[in-house]
Amino acid sequence: MNLLTLVLFAPLAGFLAVLLLPGGNPALIRRVTLSLSLAIFAASLGLAFGAPQAVDQPWIPSLHIRFHVQLDGLSLWLVLLSTFLTPIAVLVSWKHIDRRVKEYYAFLLLLEFGLAGVFVSMDLFLFYVFWEVSLVPMYFLMAILYLYTKAATFDYTELMQMLASGRLSLNPAEQLWLFLAFFFAFAIKVPLFPLHTWLPDAHVEAPTAGSVMLASVMLKMGTYGIVRFCLPMFPDAARRCADWIVALAIIGIVYGALVSMVQPNMKKLVAYSSVSHLGFVVLGTFSFTQAGLDGAVYQMLNHGISTGALFVLVGFLYERRHSLEIKDYGGVSTPAPWLSTVFLITTLASIGLPTLNNFVGEYLVLQGAAQANFRWAVFAALGVILSACYMLWMYQRAFYGETPETVRSHMHDLSGREWAAILPLLVMMVWMGVAAQTFLPRVSESTSVILKQTTVNVRFQVQAPGLRGRGLGEVANAR
Amino acid sequence: MQHLWLIPVLPLLGFLLNGLFGRRLAKGAVTAIALGSVLLSFAWVVKTLVGLGALETAYIERYFTWFQSGDLRVGADLSVDRLTAVMLLVVTGVGSLIHIYAVGYMTHEGGYYRFFAYLNLFMFFMLVLVLGANFLLLFVGWEGVGLCSYLLIGFYFLKKSATDAGKKAFIVNRIGDFGFSLAMLLIVITFGSLDFGAVFPAAASKPESTLTLIGLLLLLGACGKSAQAPLYVWLPDAMEGPTPVSALIHAATMVTAGVYMVARSSAIYLHAHAAQEMVAYIGLGTAVFAATIGLAQNDIKKVFAYSTVSQLGYMFLGLGAGAFSAGIFHLVTHAFFKALLFLGAGSVIHALEGEQDLRHMGGLRTRIPVTFWTLACAWVAIAGIPPFAGFHSKDAILLAAHHHAPWMYWVGVLTAAMTAFYVSRAMFLAFFGEPRGHHHPHESPPVMTAPLAVLALLSLAGGFLDVPKFLEPLFPLSEGAHDFALVAISVVAGLAGIGLAALFYVVKPGLADAVANALGGLYTLVYNKYFVDELYDAAVVRPVETGSREALWKGVDAGLIDGAANGVASIARATGGLLRLIQSGNIRSYATWVVFGSILVLVAIGLVGGGAR
Repeated sequence: MNLLTLVLFAPLAGFLAVLLLPGGNPALIRRVTLSLSLAIFAASLGLAFGAPQAVDQPWIPSLHIRFHVQLDGLSLWLVLLSTFLTPIAVLVSWKHIDRRVKEYYAFLLLLEFGLAGVFVSMDLFLFYVFWEVSLVPMYFLMAILYLYTKAATFDYTELMQMLASGRLSLNPAEQLWLFLAFFFAFAIKVPLFPLHTWLPDAHVEAPTAGSVMLASVMLKMGTYGIVRFCLPMFPDAARRCADWIVALAIIGIVYGALVSMVQPNMKKLVAYSSVSHLGFVVLGTFSFTQAGLDGAVYQMLNHGISTGALFVLVGFLYERRHSLEIKDYGGVSTPAPWLSTVFLITTLASIGLPTLNNFVGEYLVLQGAAQANFRWAVFAALGVILSACYMLWMYQRAFYGETPETVRSHMHDLSGREWAAILPLLVMMVWMGVAAQTFLPRVSESTSVILKQTTVNVRFQVQAPGLRGRGLGEVANAR
Repeated sequence: MQHLWLIPVLPLLGFLLNGLFGRRLAKGAVTAIALGSVLLSFAWVVKTLVGLGALETAYIERYFTWFQSGDLRVGADLSVDRLTAVMLLVVTGVGSLIHIYAVGYMTHEGGYYRFFAYLNLFMFFMLVLVLGANFLLLFVGWEGVGLCSYLLIGFYFLKKSATDAGKKAFIVNRIGDFGFSLAMLLIVITFGSLDFGAVFPAAASKPESTLTLIGLLLLLGACGKSAQAPLYVWLPDAMEGPTPVSALIHAATMVTAGVYMVARSSAIYLHAHAAQEMVAYIGLGTAVFAATIGLAQNDIKKVFAYSTVSQLGYMFLGLGAGAFSAGIFHLVTHAFFKALLFLGAGSVIHALEGEQDLRHMGGLRTRIPVTFWTLACAWVAIAGIPPFAGFHSKDAILLAAHHHAPWMYWVGVLTAAMTAFYVSRAMFLAFFGEPRGHHHPHESPPVMTAPLAVLALLSLAGGFLDVPKFLEPLFPLSEGAHDFALVAISVVAGLAGIGLAALFYVVKPGLADAVANALGGLYTLVYNKYFVDELYDAAVVRPVETGSREALWKGVDAGLIDGAANGVASIARATGGLLRLIQSGNIRSYATWVVFGSILVLVAIGLVGGGAR
């Protein structure tokens, strides 16, 4: 059993273990879950070193469905993001969750299993199974079943080889419809404007840890799926639709920021800001440039860290004042200076201050967009102005000014447990902002392959059909 | 290896120490850390510059790759050339003086450690800004100083007007940064790199239209940071911050970043004629526009704030007229005398326990003589009286403007007269005549007056530092002859401004009000700063906010999109209602449906199967 399998299945084992614990001892359950999630995170760090790992063996042989999992620069950091955030999610739930504790923590580990699984699956059926943890997109199931009727496999690598060698050919109409079915499933998850209205409501309903996992990792399933599957498998269709998708992404960037600005509820404000941030990811992806793709993938991680931290901090505020309305706060700086400082740093990361993480991603996305079409960058850069408006306005209203008695009587500074939850996120903000080269080379390695796959396919569309198989085969072998 | 990185990192350490532990440290320790880090940084600058000698070409140190994507590599590289050397000396030199002054000024304020932590952080970013060897590192400093400006303007965070001003500064600067960012994107597309060393030598071979666009976008960035029209509106409000902040950030250093950036990009502007012309127009327009507002302000800091906007306009005029070294020269002398004006104003405010309104001052000349005499040095310097600092640099700009277009010279002379008038007005109202307040003024302690004295000396003699000559390897001097008549006219204009102010506020004190009344609407317009803030509020801020709330959030999001989604849901419900009719509970009718469905599925498979493989 290799490390990848261990990291993948350990949360599932943890899920079962926690279920077996006595339900009457919540303290024990919390400690066990925290220890397990920390151990899994420690183990997962090993994935960043050493040789790339993969497991490929038959799962349901009669249908030729394989258990095929693999890590590359695209999935590695997203898996680490999941394992990194799970212990933090445990910590922020510590006091907040006091009913059905066992089920809650068990399902947190099951969620970790599902998320890690989504990011490593190289078999579409397996991917679908892991995706099931969140929602059931029927058209996506139909699309992969349709592909299966044609290729008799769900395996991504095999599919790519068949596409490259010409053994599996999709006519333009087929490619378009398959692309749209895949893309639609992913775009809801991202969420791309105008499919975003579920997100603010979901965040308001969710507990803090739920919001953290939802914003930080689960949304990335959508953008990950687009980069991993939509682009390389249906490159011609992806390029044909790029203008429309980019338009929606840019509308999302500006629209999300504008609507965020007028939210009276903190969680909704952060949720709408996610619509704006994720618009950058989609924009970078469909710029079909190296900088754009690198920026998009990096921005997935950045958004996971900084928006995760924002939800953690909003959770801290909620635990004190029991309100998410900005107007119920004010002057928090005076009674809770460290909480305010940490919130400010996170705010600055979120609005893309250089030396903090988001800046590098946003810059690369804009650079890629500018290379594809300068006007895209012009519109998208408006989002950078607006992000300062909504975040700083919220910060001013919640943290500055005189402290009303209703706030003062509830407010105290960060506790040790809260520091433990937020400090790793702060460290990552600075690290990813200053030492981006820790992460980017691995990302570039994978995105350059994906980019080549989309470029080559388009080029051969234009050239004589006879050359098609050979040129693409070379690319497949190059992998 | 000169270890350039120490120059910014020393203040950064000061920030970290005071920021993390300052609350628990004794005041003396906080002071030692804050001052020590900046003074050491200044010492390191001097040591480095001595070590580097003549500095005919840029000296570069490369540390690590910040990020790389494809062919684009952005490195953490610092470089020093003569322009950077000038900036380094101004930033750390004047910065050190202002730090020392602030020890006295802030000693009775809450959040002492927080203030110095922010101030040190500012020094770090400002030094990164001038040392960065590529546009993106310059941008790091650029954004960082903006952040510190935001934090320090809103230092008194219990006051809403202060935090409003901080937020306004940040957001208006972001509009400028929008231009700067786009310029960088275009530079990468055009040059394939952001390194100064790769971009500037290649500028001559690039199409002028592209360079013009880059130049205009960079100018938009500079207009934000250096408070030029139409983005100057944040700087007067920034006076909400403590006075040492106004001196350091909003007069001597940060606001000159735009001037530095344009001068740094001179290679681009020299090949982008229209963009450079635009620099001159913006500069001249801002200079005269802000000067008129300065004529009628009653808050001593506001007078100097509009003066800063106006003087920065002067620097841009110099840059736009092709006299890059004159612009930088004025940046240097302005750093001396404007820092002094603000610190002196701070000393006045300190003496009067917070009073900032000129109408409540008066007669302070004998009460706080040190402050008066040092301020008088700044006064003659900014009024352009020879041989003091402002005279030399303003003269260089005006001559270049005349060489470029004579009408610009005349507008510049008019501005010089107004400048002399409003500064004299402030001086006369504060220091001459009878005391109009109920204060018991006391002179500031030596820790504050000593920096005033040093700056006074620099304001008097700073003009003899031949900055243009020093910068000649970077910016060739224009051959325009030293026209004595042109110089004399501008000096006379300055004297006339002083004389008119003396007439209005010393000789015939009632005259000013009479003139104001006679001007009527025009005076109201100027007094209210041309209602520009109100205009922006009505034309931009409110429509965006209301539109976002009513049209986008409540209209599109809640109405249109959710409405459509609910519409789909209700269609589904209605369909479900219809389909329920089918569920008759009759087994035989179920069986019929099963058969019917199976046939459909078979047909579908047949259709799809035809297309497979």
